Amino acid sequence: MARDPQGALVALNRFGFGARGGAAGDFSSAASDPRGFVRAELDRPGAALLDAPGLQSTPDLAREVFDYQREVRQQREMAAKAAQSAAATPDDKSADEKLEPRPEAMSGAMSPDAMQPNPPRKEPKPLNVIQKTYRAEALARIQRATMAECGFVERLVAFWSNHFCISANKGEMSRIWAGAFEREAIRPHVLGRFGDLLKAVEQHPAMLFFLDNQQSIGPQSRAGLNRKRGLNENLAREIMELHTLGVHGGYTQVDVTSLARIITGWTFAGREGRLGVPGTFVFNANAHEPGPQKLLGKTYEDVGLPQGEAALADIARHPSTARFIATKFVRHFVADDPPPALVAKLGNVFRKSDGDLKAMTLALIEADDAWHAPMTKMRMPYEFLVATGRLMGRIPEDPQRYLGGLNLLGQPLWTPAGPNGFADTNAAWAAPEGLKLRLDIASQVASRISEAIDPRMLLDVAAGEAASAETRQTIERAESRQQAFALLLMSPEFQRR
Amino acid sequence: MPDIDMDCCESHTAQGVTRRSLLMGGAAFSAWAYLPKFARAKDGRDPRLVVVILRGALDGLATVAPIGDPDYAELHGSIALTRDGPYAATMLDSFFALHPAMPEFARMYRDKKAAVVHAVATPYRERSHFDGQDVLESGFAGPGRLQSGWLNRALEALPRGERVMSGLAVGPTTPLVLRGAAPTVGWVPPVLPQAADDTAMRLMNLYSHRDPALAAALSQGLQIDKIAVSDSGMKPKPGMNGAGAMRLAAKGAAKLMAADDGPRIAALAFDGWDTHAREGGPVGRLAQLLSRLDGAFAEFESGLGDRWRDTVIVVATEFGRTARINGTEGTDHGTGTVALLVGGAVHGGRIITDWPGLKAANLYENRDLKPTADLRGVIKGVLRDHLGIGDRVLAQTVFPDSAAVKAASGLIV
Repeated sequence: MARDPQGALVALNRFGFGARGGAAGDFSSAASDPRGFVRAELDRPGAALLDAPGLQSTPDLAREVFDYQREVRQQREMAAKAAQSAAATPDDKSADEKLEPRPEAMSGAMSPDAMQPNPPRKEPKPLNVIQKTYRAEALARIQRATMAECGFVERLVAFWSNHFCISANKGEMSRIWAGAFEREAIRPHVLGRFGDLLKAVEQHPAMLFFLDNQQSIGPQSRAGLNRKRGLNENLAREIMELHTLGVHGGYTQVDVTSLARIITGWTFAGREGRLGVPGTFVFNANAHEPGPQKLLGKTYEDVGLPQGEAALADIARHPSTARFIATKFVRHFVADDPPPALVAKLGNVFRKSDGDLKAMTLALIEADDAWHAPMTKMRMPYEFLVATGRLMGRIPEDPQRYLGGLNLLGQPLWTPAGPNGFADTNAAWAAPEGLKLRLDIASQVASRISEAIDPRMLLDVAAGEAASAETRQTIERAESRQQAFALLLMSPEFQRR
Repeated sequence: MPDIDMDCCESHTAQGVTRRSLLMGGAAFSAWAYLPKFARAKDGRDPRLVVVILRGALDGLATVAPIGDPDYAELHGSIALTRDGPYAATMLDSFFALHPAMPEFARMYRDKKAAVVHAVATPYRERSHFDGQDVLESGFAGPGRLQSGWLNRALEALPRGERVMSGLAVGPTTPLVLRGAAPTVGWVPPVLPQAADDTAMRLMNLYSHRDPALAAALSQGLQIDKIAVSDSGMKPKPGMNGAGAMRLAAKGAAKLMAADDGPRIAALAFDGWDTHAREGGPVGRLAQLLSRLDGAFAEFESGLGDRWRDTVIVVATEFGRTARINGTEGTDHGTGTVALLVGGAVHGGRIITDWPGLKAANLYENRDLKPTADLRGVIKGVLRDHLGIGDRVLAQTVFPDSAAVKAASGLIV
């Protein structure tokens, strides 16, 4: 096969996370067979699964949170008691000790004291189990993305994780579960069937917690009649609007309410474990709305949990779902305005294969449209930072460096502003302030590269012959390696995909 | 893989630090457990050596202008320095004049504590910054040798004393000149703003040719109208051009080196000398850079206190710039340039040169000041007479295969 540099750039950037500087052969591999390079990862058994040492299951993490919360409560109670007894015998000194240590005065930055080898740093508060877990999960994800050969499967995981997003900001439960949710509900299915993915996501405790379904009670259920609490439509609405049919997918408010009734009782076992092992998905028949429900023109008899599962399975097969998913998929990987022919092609594959996501994914990378469309999309911040780490050939060890960058650039990990996830268009990521921040970050990263790095060589690693003459010249003419590296990271060849 | 750190943004948002504080780093400073041979000599000398690398290639003809050369004024055109006028250059002798932005250097020169080596160059004769910096810092005759730098190998040639300083926090990357087997430790000024304007402008230029949408976005992001890539010239913006950065780095380095048990040798690198467009004459972009460098000399002088008399600062750059100005009132990559020696131990008040002249026939490749001195010889002279390193080591180890390049004599008091 003829060498295809432009195809290599598309393979690496549009479908993957960019070339790895440490391996230095990614561009050549991709150029010799771009489609094969992207496809290779898909056939590896369990390619999307992530099982790093120390990462725990959702029920185990639930127990960690419950333990942690109990500890905090006990400490607070002890502190309250101590304060009570202290109030009896006032003691100014103990009050002083409670004050936070004052940060070093900034005006002293250049005083002789500031010349000490290690400027005194405020002792950081030790991380609690929730923060530790979040970081460990983030590290495992970033390491996997950094080391993958092409990264296509990790890009798929990121896409589906954003499609079926939760927010780690919802509460302690969701922060500790964010990584486990992706590992347990998303990863096993990104190359499987959409219906299975949908079921796994909507039954995962993290999603039930994020969209409040554990609070939703069938009004005529035993619990509803007893406690006078009722439906919460949040999850049902987002399932149809954001996860499957799309906002104009042909459903009505009546359908939303129906689906909400159908999935009442979908919850997770709580701290006391009355319904099951704490932190596991359970069907609470006591909260489930009894009776048949009509949804999208079809009646679903009340058979308990299978009622909702049948409804989800049908929604997954709905033509609107095929169209909505194909559109989002092509928008993410190809263009803000997805080519209609490609969307139609993928939609057909989705429908005819009963939502086989591997078949749809293969159809994407077989389609010439997907390869020949101009590279107009901006890398999302996560892709930009991971691609940078890959080019530097550095295995991430401290997730904070990435998490901080993601916060700055407006894509905090697993923490979108709403259930619709992070935007997937250039308007969101090629904005003036964002671009300036990327430049600041690129300069900061570049200021730490050593003289042993030749940016001209790294441009070849990243873009090979597909690099433009202008970019090559800009890098060659930079006045230092550090500047050249910053310019490489900001070049269209590195920012666009 | 090379050692690179993706330490871009740790916890900044968590601590509520603004994004401006990202712009840190840039200069490195090092110390080690070696003492100069003269440290305990009978006359009580305890030498200090500072090497300052100017990245981007300094215009030597604008820094120390050969005003007496009949061809200078025309070649340098609108940016040429003059004897008279509101921004008159400082005459160092009847032929050479110093850029007016360097009053401290002028004072030190008058006090015979500063010297100029003119028409000097490394052995490198091409025009790539990276390769030129490799040659300058590695001490080898050609590019591609990146394992160690000449200053580090000079250290290895010194007697190993007790560790004169330890426990310094490791800062950004050590310049190649100081990398190698001899241990070094780094220090980073607490807040050293990065000179990012030049990078931003180069990126704007690339985007405007390749990616108009990104150009539009970045231009807004930078508020490029204020940065003035336009004909209005490059006005300094507080906090962005790193106005205080050189002084800050010098002040910190001097403070550390002044201590009895402080490091004796340091290397610093300053960016921003690649003046292709609107270089400026007595005022302008280069003038600002020279003014900051001049300020760094003053910081070293005051910060080192009594040690100043035992100090030599060597200022060098990877190559010079064209003798003729180009179409955008700047200069392009050239060859011969100046090296500056400053400090109490410098036998100064002199311009050391075998002046080649600026007639077209005398220019190197009809473009550049022709080098008549090898920078290695200048540095060898300093290393031998200031630190006590022998000629043989200098010729074989510090600057390999350089026996033909003799150490310059009489540079040190």
